[in-house]
Amino acid sequence: MTDRERILLAHGGGGQLSRELIDREIVSRFGAGPLEGLPDGATVPVEGDAVVFTTDSFVVQPIEFPGGNIGDLAVHGTVNDLAVCGAKPRWLSLALILEEGLELALLRRVLDRIKIAADDSGVVVATGDTKVVARGQCDGLFINTSGIGERLPGFDLSPAHLQEGDRVLVSGPIADHGFAVLASRENIHIQNGPQSDSAPVHRLVQAAVEQAADIRFMRDPTRGGLASVLNEMVESAKVGIQIQEESIPVSPGTHAVSELLGLDPLHVASEGRLLMVCGTDAAPAILEAWQAMPEGGGAKDIGAVTKEAGRVVLETLMGGHRLIDVPRGELLPRIC
Amino acid sequence: MCLAVPMQIKEIPEPRRGICDLDGSTQVVDISLIENPSVGDYVIIHAGFAIERLDPQEADMRLDLFDELATHRAALT
Amino acid sequence: MKYIDGFRNPGAAVALREDIQALSAKLPPSDRTTNIMEICGSHTMAVARYAIRDILPERIKLISGPGCPVCVTDAGYIDAAIELARRGITVVTFGDMLNVPGSETSLAAVRSEGCSIEVCYSPLHALELAKETPEQEIVFLAIGFETTMPPAMAIIDQAIRDGIDNLSLLVAFKLVPPALAALGSDPELQIDAFICPAHVSAIIGANAYEPFAGAGGVPCVIAGFEPLDILLGLKGILAQLVDGVAKVDNQYSRVVSAKGNKKAQALMEKYLDPADVSWRGIGVIPQSGLAMKEEWIEYDAEKRHDITVQIGKLNPACRCGEVIKGIASPFDCPMFGTTCTPGNPVGPCMVSSEGSCAAYYKYSR
Repeated sequence: MTDRERILLAHGGGGQLSRELIDREIVSRFGAGPLEGLPDGATVPVEGDAVVFTTDSFVVQPIEFPGGNIGDLAVHGTVNDLAVCGAKPRWLSLALILEEGLELALLRRVLDRIKIAADDSGVVVATGDTKVVARGQCDGLFINTSGIGERLPGFDLSPAHLQEGDRVLVSGPIADHGFAVLASRENIHIQNGPQSDSAPVHRLVQAAVEQAADIRFMRDPTRGGLASVLNEMVESAKVGIQIQEESIPVSPGTHAVSELLGLDPLHVASEGRLLMVCGTDAAPAILEAWQAMPEGGGAKDIGAVTKEAGRVVLETLMGGHRLIDVPRGELLPRIC
Repeated sequence: MCLAVPMQIKEIPEPRRGICDLDGSTQVVDISLIENPSVGDYVIIHAGFAIERLDPQEADMRLDLFDELATHRAALT
Repeated sequence: MKYIDGFRNPGAAVALREDIQALSAKLPPSDRTTNIMEICGSHTMAVARYAIRDILPERIKLISGPGCPVCVTDAGYIDAAIELARRGITVVTFGDMLNVPGSETSLAAVRSEGCSIEVCYSPLHALELAKETPEQEIVFLAIGFETTMPPAMAIIDQAIRDGIDNLSLLVAFKLVPPALAALGSDPELQIDAFICPAHVSAIIGANAYEPFAGAGGVPCVIAGFEPLDILLGLKGILAQLVDGVAKVDNQYSRVVSAKGNKKAQALMEKYLDPADVSWRGIGVIPQSGLAMKEEWIEYDAEKRHDITVQIGKLNPACRCGEVIKGIASPFDCPMFGTTCTPGNPVGPCMVSSEGSCAAYYKYSR
């Protein structure tokens, strides 16, 4: 097969071409572990008395964006869901839905990124599936991944554990992923905008494991951004949260593109950031540990838990206070 | 209706087009509404168009005033 | 970013806030609030986003006027756009129009039925689409105030030069000065001063407001959209009110000149003529809009596609009309936050992210 080749419906037909695609592109990259011999299901060892199990689907457009592609995103998304549940990511499933006509070279770039991201995240692709649909039935390439993680000792995470005075930490600049994707849509014509922050957060979780008893809750602020995560946290809680606009880390690229499009970085997704609420005493040690790591260099303490039940408040640069709302859905460049 | 941001013209690859910069991010914009645009000009970008120039001297005077206010205020506290 | 972030300096805000408080204490005694109307939606958004009401003295009341062209666009205009889309025409629009309810449905809803609705960042996108698909009719929804008119007319100018003949505009342009005059002379309203829009003024120039200020008029200040611009503008207004004068104070001199952008004005004059138009909530204001000149009717979607923009139906419980005029606050509306929310808007002020109700819902419930 050459790079100019494209996916044909026959690649999903179960015959010779299917076999070739699986052998050359999947087994060659992921065939060493439980996938070896392509059994119908993977048998995987786990430690401890419980596992954390999650699934996510990825349909991002464009498939490739500054700083990554749908492949590493599909690994990081699932790995991060496991990590914020206080788990060590171990096993991953990989289901590909390919559109007839997809360039093979693009598929290879996606699979390469999956391999690199899985190795970096400490997960093994243990089982998978590939389907091909007719042209027009999906947009190039969709991916579903499910993940299994082993619970780390000491975590007992729930928004119900938030206490007045607790600190709110974020591991780095927010919204880079969402703005990287928005800026790369062709009709906006922005170059040299932000790079996606797509990355695993499991090392950040592990770096805080000594303080596990003082960690109340963790999330990765993906769709809906920091605003949605903060609001979800206090939705049914007896506490609220106040953050300071001045403390929120935003990269120059994201700042620029957010101004151009009129979108609030608080509403836009990160794919490699960790949001944590912890006790006051534990916060400095966790911040210090994060700031010493490449993925936590921009970590900041952005605010605190308050007694104002259910309210997420921003202290603005002008010193006023307002509620932080949840975004409405489709992120559209704002002109008016 | 009037969301617009100041950018600096970095390049004029063809008469009506300017490559404008905002802190490293660049955007191709239509500069046909500006009289005699030149590289280095600051312009206000609205909906993909430069709609007017920004006078950096006027802007800097304001910023100096704000800096002064902030410094004076900080000295008081 | 110095020309953005420099205008958000928190330290300077503290100092300006104190100046505003001191001036407010010097205002002549009165049994009502000092009412300052901002007439641009971008000011409304900035006031809400930076919680500026929260840091002003109680006596100062900021009223959000009809500053959002989406809000003042009649439901009948949306109906016409939907009708064009249902005829198989590609409709290109700014994102904010997508969820605006027409009399029956919205552009977002008809997009889900399979109609071709393209959301754009710039009118240039409509021109590019017209070039790429010469066999397809493209209509750009040309709404807006003076700021957005030159970009919209520039694509028509370019289309004519390039011989592109499948692009037209559905025009609903509105002019700020006639609306200001109408609001300023409305006895129902008690407006003490206007904050004039930043980028509309960049196009039309500061002199355009002279008729409303001066002898017996209302103080006007032209302010930028950054939060310190707004605080400085408010300080300027209070200084005028304390001194008992009424003039046009251009606090956005880094962008706004006395006469405005001549090149942009020439483009508007070439293609557009003044027209009487209806503002939702205010009614028909003579000569307060612009329409395509007769000689360019092939670029006028109404004429080209033989469609008439009718007056649309409005929910009778909706109080957007009063909210737009600043007589009612969004909190006065029984539907606010209950049957009318950003996710399920009833009235235009909730639909646009710049609308007063949306801004109140987002930032100050």
